[in-house]
Amino acid sequence: MEVVNRLNWVTGGPQGSGVDTAANVFAKACALGGLYLFGKREYHSNIKGEHSYFSIHVSDKPVRAHVDPIDMLVVFDLETLFRHALHVVKDGIIVYDSSIEGSIDDVPTLEKRRRDELRSVLARHSLEGTAEGMLKLVEMNGVRLYSIPCHDLLHDIASKRNDPSLSKMVRLINMMMVSASLALLEYDQQLLVDAIRYIFRARKSIADLNVDAALYTYNYTKARYANTDKEDGIGYRLIAREFRDDMLLIQGNQAVALGKIVGGCRFQTYYPITPASDESEFLEANELLDGKGSVVVVQTEDEIAAVAMAIGAGLAGARSSTSTSGPGFSLMVEALGWAGINEVPVVITLYQRAGPSTGLPTRHEQGDLLFAIHAGHGEFPRIVIASGDVEEAFYDAIRAFNYAERYQMPVIHMVDKAIANCVTVCNEFNPALVRIDRGLLLDSVTNATTSTTAEAVVVDGRYSRFRFTGDGISPRIRLGTVGAVFWNTGDEHDELGHITEDPDLRIRMMDKRMGKLDLILKELSYEEQAMVYGYKSDATVISWGSTKGAILDAIDMLKARDGIDMNFVQLRLLHPFPTSRIASLLEETRLLIDVEMNYSAQLAKLLRANLQRDADYHVVKYNGRPMSSSEVYEALKGIVRGSVRSKRVVLRHGV
Amino acid sequence: MASRQFKLSDYKTDVHNDWCPGCGDFAILNAIQMALADMQIERHRAVVFSGIGCSGKTPHYINVYGIHTLHGRVLPFAIGAKLANPSLEVIAVGGDGDGYGIGAGHFVNAGRRNVDLTYIVFNNAVYGLTKGQASPTLKLGLKTKSLPKPNINQGINPVMIALAAGYTFIARAYAYDVKHLKDMIVRAVRHRGLALIDVLQPCPTYNDIYTKEWFSGLDRIDPVTGRAIPRVYKLEEQGYDPVVHNPDDEDELNAKMMQAIAKSKEWGDRIPVGIFYQNEHIPVYEERISSRIPDYLSNPPALQRIEDGNHNPYADIKRLLDEFRVGTR
Ligand SMILES: Cc1ncc(C[n+]2csc(CCOP(=O)(O)OP(=O)(O)O)c2C)c(N)n1
Ligand code: SF4
Ligand SMILES: [Mg+2]
Repeated sequence: MEVVNRLNWVTGGPQGSGVDTAANVFAKACALGGLYLFGKREYHSNIKGEHSYFSIHVSDKPVRAHVDPIDMLVVFDLETLFRHALHVVKDGIIVYDSSIEGSIDDVPTLEKRRRDELRSVLARHSLEGTAEGMLKLVEMNGVRLYSIPCHDLLHDIASKRNDPSLSKMVRLINMMMVSASLALLEYDQQLLVDAIRYIFRARKSIADLNVDAALYTYNYTKARYANTDKEDGIGYRLIAREFRDDMLLIQGNQAVALGKIVGGCRFQTYYPITPASDESEFLEANELLDGKGSVVVVQTEDEIAAVAMAIGAGLAGARSSTSTSGPGFSLMVEALGWAGINEVPVVITLYQRAGPSTGLPTRHEQGDLLFAIHAGHGEFPRIVIASGDVEEAFYDAIRAFNYAERYQMPVIHMVDKAIANCVTVCNEFNPALVRIDRGLLLDSVTNATTSTTAEAVVVDGRYSRFRFTGDGISPRIRLGTVGAVFWNTGDEHDELGHITEDPDLRIRMMDKRMGKLDLILKELSYEEQAMVYGYKSDATVISWGSTKGAILDAIDMLKARDGIDMNFVQLRLLHPFPTSRIASLLEETRLLIDVEMNYSAQLAKLLRANLQRDADYHVVKYNGRPMSSSEVYEALKGIVRGSVRSKRVVLRHGV
Repeated sequence: MASRQFKLSDYKTDVHNDWCPGCGDFAILNAIQMALADMQIERHRAVVFSGIGCSGKTPHYINVYGIHTLHGRVLPFAIGAKLANPSLEVIAVGGDGDGYGIGAGHFVNAGRRNVDLTYIVFNNAVYGLTKGQASPTLKLGLKTKSLPKPNINQGINPVMIALAAGYTFIARAYAYDVKHLKDMIVRAVRHRGLALIDVLQPCPTYNDIYTKEWFSGLDRIDPVTGRAIPRVYKLEEQGYDPVVHNPDDEDELNAKMMQAIAKSKEWGDRIPVGIFYQNEHIPVYEERISSRIPDYLSNPPALQRIEDGNHNPYADIKRLLDEFRVGTR
């Protein structure tokens, strides 16, 4: 059977060896051919040497998550072969550099447990624990092998270009192997060339060299293997389609950065941390906004300074934010409370990764939900929102600033490593769809002699920053506004902002601040609170954040393969908790399945606390790897079919 | 004298002041208000930031924008506001525990940036507000009346740290020489760059060693005049020149730093106050930003237009979106 335009392509290699570049070329080539894709990067907390890999799930229909089974594995190092080969499907393809040889023990970066496992699998089939043995085993499993003599080809290219030093340019091998894989897929070679030129657009001579090497390999591969598949009548093909140019090929961290630019963020602070720093670096690289302002990006001495500076800038009237991950957010907590009690708009973009402490610093988790909601001593209002995918991350980044200024409180925008580091084809972001709402921020103040004048904010020469109003929101001015001054303090304060310990005033101030949470639930649209997807059904999956893609794909798979209808409720607003919206969405639900990438099913705890409703099943994952649609599909199917005994299902896929 | 627009009283609030009677903080507060009046700074243009401690309450007593932040975090709050709107006149104040202890990381790193603001540290050698524990400036072996046992930590040298960190104006003052302190504040505010004034501040409640009487030398009566011999003396009266004049002259720079270090180590019988070091040839952070963002000063983050008047976003990301378009070659 020929599979056209549906492929899970994987490549890997030592960190720092150009795996990302190779995968980016493959992704760009697919995008140029009008194909959809979802690319996932996995890497160790290491700079050089440890294994990293990239999986790209390609289709002619939108793809929202990665899948586990590999259709095509591109191998240019021993470890990639040992780590991934057994995940290649029957009739799948391994294309490999023919010079690869060696035994399992030649790969010190492979965990001992994994090495022992592989050795015993191979031994069971009376095969040696070597590259050769591994290739034999997968061939027996029905995987199709294609070897490419990369070093010979490199020699040819070197002599063709009259540059013997090229024969040692092993970096080119990545590009050659990508090229070989696209030749096997019979993909348009011009798109490959264009993709290489795009990825190396800043370095023309390097682009030329890569194009030469790629074309030479492409033609070699085609000539050598041209008719192999046709004889068998099986294989994978990628065929370029007419494409819509209102699509983007983009990563989550870039989407957040673009959202911040559109949303008016003009001051961003950060302290380096994976996976949050990419966004700040993108903002800094693009600090000039084509004559329409600029973004000042400050790399601070720590995350305490990062959040404090952002708050200071917020007081001065800038839309300001900081981006961090769990360890950094832990340090920001005291200042978060300060922003809460002083009603300062500030946005914290929280890129979750696997904790606690340093945890798995480059891996996935949604482990910070309850922390984000509760972080801080005492009680103060905040908003917590979570994006489910790259496109949402763009619009949410803008929304976060609107909420922060409208409700005058800190907003925590939760994303995670899965969204930050994935690359995907999605709809073009449309700034015309968004509005900028600065709430009660006044550019200047008016004077009055009696407090009855509704719009007057300076009465008898005094401006009350924390004036009691009907809805708890007081007119706000920037530091430096003429004709007024105000005070802030982390102590409880009066309307002017001076310290007070008056018990009655304390009650009124607490009521003013905390009352804003009710206002938020009244004012935010249902869509801003929670979304519902899928099919009419009394079986509901409930989740939040980056699991969205895998769940949507899984629900579609259930429908298509098994005729099972399910729907999916995605929480967008996590705090204040949208109790009545969720209650109404779950009214018809008889089977409620909570899906989350953490150990303790944190959203389920919120459901219990706010709705007094238990999820019937918890599908959780905490091995540091994101949920694939395949494993979510299996889990949901098992639950619906009644084959799952325990209330708690732990997902384990991922290498 | 020409009539001045703003009187000293314009910079005072009617907030009840709860410092202990005789606290040196009163003198520092007066000096700040006098300096503001001296410079005729419009109330709305000045922002006083503070940390936490007795000293942290200062902004509430000054009738300009006042932001009382967190323990140790006054500098990053102040820097954030200043960078968002560089036309603000920013003064940061706080205790010695606040600035040199819990906020030490910010204190050092602020020197790397040289943001144009003034930082006044109320140095009383104790943690006043938490009842007199040893602060980072209390010297080894000293036992104030608030301590159960003598201090077994060494005291730090703020002048040396500031110098090493890159502060471009480093001064010390004595709270009870209000006029001199006021002059130091004016000089610091006018200095282009990050200015530190470490103010020796008697805390009569907890520090019975560095008292007003001790600083004025009441224990040392000149047998000839019968008068006390003050411990505090002014560097400028000794012909000390703290200013780096020629930035290209490495020898001069080294000499200016060395003399500041030498002076900063004097303590006990003779305690220098005044400007230890001043170097206006180091570009301030605002200029460094301007070198990358040409209109930064005229269109700073806090004052930028971000919507078109109809709530539509003002920024245009078309060029950036084009880069990400699937079809872009
Ligand atoms: C994070 C944190 N830890 C501890 C405290 C308690 N605390 C309040 S003031 C203070 C020390 C103040 O000493 P200093 O900074 O020298 O100011 P002073 O009172 O002497 O002016 C401490 C430790 C606090 N407010 N915040
Ligand atoms: S404890 Fe010391 S520093 Fe604090 S107010 Fe009293 S005298 Fe001043
Ligand atoms: Mg102190």
